[in-house]
Amino acid sequence: MSKLLTWIDDRFPLTRMWEEQWGKYVAPKNFNFWYYFGSLAAFVLVIQIVSGIFLTMNYKPDATKAFESVEYIMRDVSWGWLVRYIHSTGASAFFVVVYLHMYRGLIYGSYRKPRELIWIFGVMIYLCLMAAAFTGYLLPWGQMSYWGAQVIVNLFSAIPWIGPDLAVWIRGDYVISDVTLNRFFAFHVSALPLVLLGLVVAHLLALHEVGSSNPDGVEVKKQPKDPVTHLPPDGINSHPYYSIKDIVGVVFFLFIFSIVVFFMPEVGGYFLEANNFIPADSLKTPAHIAPVWYFTPYYSILRAVPPMFESQFPGVIAMGASVMAFFFLPWLDRGAVKSIRYRGWMFKIPLAIFVITFLVLGWLGTEPTDFLGKLGEVEIATLLARIFTVVYFLYFVLMPWYTKADKTKPEPDRVTG
Amino acid sequence: MNMLRKTLTIVAAGLLIAALAHAEGPQMTAQIAPIDRHDVASLQRGARMFVNYCLGCHSAQHMRYNRLQSDLGLSEKQVAENLIFRGALAKDGYVTDKVGESMKTSMDRADAKAIFGVAPPDLSVEARVRGTDWLYAYLRGYYRDEKSATGWNNLAFPSVAMPHVLWELGGQSKLAVREFDNHEEAKGAFVQTHVVGSLEAIHTKKDGKEMVKYVLKTIEPDKPGKLSVHDYDVVVADLVNYLDYMAEPVKNERIQLGIKVLIFLAILFVFAYWTKREYWKDVH
Repeated sequence: MSKLLTWIDDRFPLTRMWEEQWGKYVAPKNFNFWYYFGSLAAFVLVIQIVSGIFLTMNYKPDATKAFESVEYIMRDVSWGWLVRYIHSTGASAFFVVVYLHMYRGLIYGSYRKPRELIWIFGVMIYLCLMAAAFTGYLLPWGQMSYWGAQVIVNLFSAIPWIGPDLAVWIRGDYVISDVTLNRFFAFHVSALPLVLLGLVVAHLLALHEVGSSNPDGVEVKKQPKDPVTHLPPDGINSHPYYSIKDIVGVVFFLFIFSIVVFFMPEVGGYFLEANNFIPADSLKTPAHIAPVWYFTPYYSILRAVPPMFESQFPGVIAMGASVMAFFFLPWLDRGAVKSIRYRGWMFKIPLAIFVITFLVLGWLGTEPTDFLGKLGEVEIATLLARIFTVVYFLYFVLMPWYTKADKTKPEPDRVTG
Repeated sequence: MNMLRKTLTIVAAGLLIAALAHAEGPQMTAQIAPIDRHDVASLQRGARMFVNYCLGCHSAQHMRYNRLQSDLGLSEKQVAENLIFRGALAKDGYVTDKVGESMKTSMDRADAKAIFGVAPPDLSVEARVRGTDWLYAYLRGYYRDEKSATGWNNLAFPSVAMPHVLWELGGQSKLAVREFDNHEEAKGAFVQTHVVGSLEAIHTKKDGKEMVKYVLKTIEPDKPGKLSVHDYDVVVADLVNYLDYMAEPVKNERIQLGIKVLIFLAILFVFAYWTKREYWKDVH
């Protein structure tokens, strides 16, 4: 065995790559609960790729056959139902772990210098994931697939001058049609996964270059190394310590994941919408079109902005800006320390408000705008969405001031456990 | 602790906002459909109801006849002789005697559209669209309405295109409308409606004063059918049970397997956790 390894290592840096990227990669020893979600996101990516490959074997990207082929997978393909539920649950699970992973970044300042590029690659992964979720959602060719895609593609037609032509170019037709289905299929099963994998590799290479942050914000890599073990005092080898710890996390995740897959795959219409069991019909617009839960905060922002100059474009800009804002975090945060543990209330309160804002916008986005009734002439839900949209942007816009004015405690030299 | 407090604050805020929410428009009674997915006899009766009363116009093109053999404990002969209809030939309709075929309807789609104004939808996954409680209310919600084209209307689905195909079993009902000034009284009567009820608050302005009326619509039996009200409810429950089964035939298997998977993962978790603890003993 070792002879074979030497033979390979003389020709390809197998051992070196393994040791640099994981085997001898030194990680801080004080990762807590929030540090599971990175490895879990990678795990869900594998689930989605493997289950996706098996679905592709039986799915037909054809407007007359797509809906039928999904039911064929659910009924006639051996274990097809399981693969399909794993993939549909995996889509939502991906966003759950990614949102928690991003929240970890927010509370511990994981995006701060020198980890700006890790964060930027991460936000790009998030964008790519949104594109993958959006294109994938069209494939079952149900009513929500169809009209959801119609609404989102129509957003592009709000762009002045080029909008309408751009929307036709994206669809390949004047309405969402078989042509659109085919190209979305191509993006979903080949283009986007390739980009996604490339970005994940970049995300990990950048991480292993600068080293992981931790809940104390201590730069473990800068600590003097022990002459015998060659380890910094607060660092441990990823392997086997974090290998085994992440396996515990994966098994726990699989337990929750299986509860959804086996006992509640629709999650009350949040993971699989009831209307999507009706085949797509270009002549019948559903009374209420809502995106899947992971897009609803942004959908709320889109709906909250009133049309200006007889154009929906400002809403589209606001929605785009609300996602893009994440890119600028490393430069918006002027705090003296990274971690929430050593920051003051001027950081904690805006963060708590932001989390509430994101959840409320998400909740509002799942419902029609009149669902809370009216207050005089104004829809209460729209009013709420407008208030929270402003709060959403204030979190980012005011960040340079409140993080700088925040009274922080000194960061320790050693991790606190 | 800090984390916990923050989470609690968020949840409390969410609940407060949700509590302020209230729905407008008519409210429907949604009795829980009394169905049991393990009751094979009920599913068999439901399947018979489905091919007798529904399949003439509605297809279930994703459902294969022979799936009934393995899932409902029927023999190939029983399925072929009792559940597949032969003989009636439609223009381009579908006739089969093969149990491996799916449940297609013999009614031509163009004819169907001409007759009903809308082609009857495929019912393979209808229970996943509507939910079983709605189906249970709908199939018991028909009443006589001379104003409609078919002579029938439905409380759960106003102006429905489908006539009451189960009328010879369930008999004919008529609409009963009651008005209340008091919301509490209206709600009390609403909760007690037996079959299906719809409650709507109607706001009117009289002499500049806002008035609220509560209109409760329910149905009352008028001419009895072959079955008693209770027996008809059982027959409808069987049919709803079958529709729910047909929408996801794998449901029972899925739940059974899920229990095994969770037990396995729980055991695996214990071992993984012990291993992790053992490894991490030397990290200080």
